[in-house]
Amino acid sequence: MRRLSEFDLQSGGEPAVEAGAAPLSSGRKGFSGVIVAVQAVRQAGGTAGGLDGAEIERRLIEMGFVEDAPVEIVHEGLIGRDPIAIRLADRTVALRRREARAVLVRPKGALLAAE
Amino acid sequence: MGEANLAPTSAAGVGARAPETPTAEARPLRVALAGVPNCGKTALFNALTGARQKVANYAGVTVERKEGVATAPNGRKLATLDLPGTYSLRARSPDEAITRDAVLGRLAGEAAPDVIVCVADATSLRVALRLALELKAAGRPMVLALNMIDIATRQGLEIDVEGLSHDLGVPIVATVATRRRGIDVLLTAVEAAAATSPAEPTWREPSGAELRALHREAERLIKSHVKPPKRPDTWTGRLDSVLLHPVGGLVVLFALLFVMFQAVFLAANPLNDVITAGFNWLAAGIGALLPDGLVKSFVCDALISGVGSVLVFLPQILVLFLFIILLEDVGYMAKAAFLMDKIMGGAGLHGRAFIPLLSSHACAIPGIMATRVIDQKRDRLTTILVAPLTTCSARIPVYTLIISAFVPDHKLFGWISEQGLVMLGLYAAGIVSALTVAFVIRKVFWRGASEPFLMELPAYKLPDPLNVARLVWQRGEIFLRRAGTIILSMMVIVWALAKIPLPPAGAKGPAIGYSFAGMLGHALQPLLAPIGFNWQMSVALIPGMAAREVAVGALGTVYAVGGGDDSTGVLGHALATHWSLASALAFLAWYVFAPQCASTLGVVKRETNSWKWPAIMFGYMVTLAYIAAFITYRTAVGLGAG
Repeated sequence: MRRLSEFDLQSGGEPAVEAGAAPLSSGRKGFSGVIVAVQAVRQAGGTAGGLDGAEIERRLIEMGFVEDAPVEIVHEGLIGRDPIAIRLADRTVALRRREARAVLVRPKGALLAAE
Repeated sequence: MGEANLAPTSAAGVGARAPETPTAEARPLRVALAGVPNCGKTALFNALTGARQKVANYAGVTVERKEGVATAPNGRKLATLDLPGTYSLRARSPDEAITRDAVLGRLAGEAAPDVIVCVADATSLRVALRLALELKAAGRPMVLALNMIDIATRQGLEIDVEGLSHDLGVPIVATVATRRRGIDVLLTAVEAAAATSPAEPTWREPSGAELRALHREAERLIKSHVKPPKRPDTWTGRLDSVLLHPVGGLVVLFALLFVMFQAVFLAANPLNDVITAGFNWLAAGIGALLPDGLVKSFVCDALISGVGSVLVFLPQILVLFLFIILLEDVGYMAKAAFLMDKIMGGAGLHGRAFIPLLSSHACAIPGIMATRVIDQKRDRLTTILVAPLTTCSARIPVYTLIISAFVPDHKLFGWISEQGLVMLGLYAAGIVSALTVAFVIRKVFWRGASEPFLMELPAYKLPDPLNVARLVWQRGEIFLRRAGTIILSMMVIVWALAKIPLPPAGAKGPAIGYSFAGMLGHALQPLLAPIGFNWQMSVALIPGMAAREVAVGALGTVYAVGGGDDSTGVLGHALATHWSLASALAFLAWYVFAPQCASTLGVVKRETNSWKWPAIMFGYMVTLAYIAAFITYRTAVGLGAG
C-alpha cells in the first residue's frame, strides 16, 4: 500500500495510476472496493463550469473520501447512471461521476466496468 | 435546620459563586451550536431554547441567524446561536463562512462565543470528530454533544464516552434532542466549560494533507473508543432500494409531489376562501360605517384588502412547508435531490431546485421561500429568478377570461378541447421558459460557478412532530412579519396609483382614467402600441401589479362592466368586441412572462435581502414579456388576426 504522504505531494500533474486501480467514476452499481487515492484531477475543458481540482479534492476529503476507506456504489441515477450514491464506512454520500473521477479505487471483486 | 445539615459542600459552593453572580446575571453566556448537516443540530437547538427563538439575518448577508435563550438548571441564561451546518471551517458557501467567522470571533457585530457546542450524530462519528478537531483549533471552550445516542444504542454501537472525552480533550454529553434527554446535563457542562479560559485561535485553512491528518486522527479515536454497531440500520437500505431505484424512485417521487401539489391546492383553497370572505365581510362592515370617498376607499380597498392579500398566502405557505420540512426531517429531501439532479442539471439547476419550482405552480411566493433548501447562493438565486415564470394559480383567471373570450369552444377529434389545449400550451410555455432562462443564466452569466453535487444521503428516521410544527410555524411567522410588511406597503402604493387624483366633477368615463395609473397607462400606451395593447389594456396593467388576477377586475373597471365573479362572461363579451385576436394573444403572451405581481417582488427582496434582485427580475421579465408579446402580435397580424 502506498503511503499517504506520497499523495499529499501531488499538486499538479496526473499521478501514475496504480495497477488495478481505476477512477470511481467508471464503477457500476454493486462495485465494492477501497480508495487508493484522492487526487486533484484536471477538469476536462479547463475549469469552466467547475471548481479547480485541488478544491474538489479537499471537499471530497471533507465528505469522507480518504485513502483506505471502503467504498461501495449503492445507487445510480436514471440518466447516464448519474449521479451515484456511495456507501462510505458509516454513511452514504451522493456525487456526480464528474467529481468521482478524482477518487481512485481498487476493486474488492472484479466488478469495475471496462468502459 | 435541615438546610444546615447540607452545609459543607453546598455552602462552600454558594460562597464561592456568590461574587460572580451579579456579572453572570448581567451577561448571559454566549453559546454557539456547530455541526455537520443532518446531525440533529436544529432539533437540539429547539430542545435547548424551546419557543424562545428569534430568526433574523446576519448583517449584510442573506444567511439566516437563529438565536434563542436556554436556561441552565441553576437558572443561568445562555444566549444560544444555531450556526449553519458545515463539514469544515473552510467556508465553501456564505452560510459556512458565517459558521467559520462566528466560531473564530471574526463576525462583525458579534462577540466570539463563550462556549462552542459541537453537535455530533453518534451513529456517524467520523466526519463529526474531524470537524470537532478543527473546531478545537478555534481555541474556544468546547463541549461535544453526542446526539441521537438512542439510535446508536439501538444499533448496538458502543461508545466509550469517558475514554473518547479524555483522548479528545473535550467534555462529552450524550443527548437525544428529539426527546429532550441529556439537555440539563449538557447545559451544566456548557457552564462548566465556560469557566475555562479560551486559548488563542490556531485555526488556519487546512491543506489536503492536513485534512487527511485530521481524518486519520478521527479514525484513530474511533478505533480506540467506538465498537461498530452490532445491528446496523437496515431499514434505510431496504427503503432506498425502492426510493432510490432509478425508475421506481422517480415514480414514488412524482406520486409524493402530486399529493403535495394537490394538498397545497385542496387544503389551502378552502382556507383562502374563508380568509377572503372574512376580509370582504370586514371591509363591507367597516365600509358601511364610513362616508363614501377616499378615506373609505383607503380603509377598505387598500388597508383591509391589503392585509387580506397578505394573509391569503399563509395557508399555501404553511401547507407547502409542512411537506417540505416533514420530508427534510425524515431524511427524504436529499434523496429527492439525488433523483432529480441530472434532470434539473440539464438546465443548469441543482437537484434541490425541483421542489421550489414545482410549488411555484401554485404560487411563486412559497416557491421562492422554499429555495432555502438550496445551499449554494448562485443555484438558489437562479431558482428564485426563474420561479415566477412558472404558471402560478393567479394567472388562471386572466388566462380563463381571455381564452373563453377568444378561443372557440371547439373539440378536436370530438374530445380534445381547444381551449384546454391553449391552457396547456401556456403552462408548457411557463415551464420551458423557466428552464431556458435558468440555462442561460448558468451557462452564459455564471459559467464558472457550477457547484459540484456532493452531499450526504442521511438515514431515514421518524419525524419529530414538535420540531416540524415549530419550523413550519417559524416560516409562517417570517412571511407575515417580513414579507407581509413589504407586500402590504406595495398594495397601498398600487391602490394610491389607481385612485389618486380623483376624477373631476362631471367627468365622463371610468375614474381610473384620471388617476396616476391612468396617466401612466396613457403614457405607456405609445410603448405598448407595437405589441397591440390599447390604452385600456395599458391602464389595467398598473393595478394588475397588485396581483395578476386583479387585472381581470381592472379590465372590468376600464370597460365599465362592473366587478364581481359573475362578470367574466359579460367582460369576455366586451373584450371580444373591443380587442382583436392578435391583441388578445399578445396579452396572453405578456402574462406568461410579465412580473405582474408586487408580492413576488416583495418576497424576493426579503429572501435576497436586497432590492437588486427584484430589480433584475423585474427588468428581465418585462423585457421577455415585451419581446414575446411583440412576436405574438406581429405574427398574428401577419396571419390576418389583426
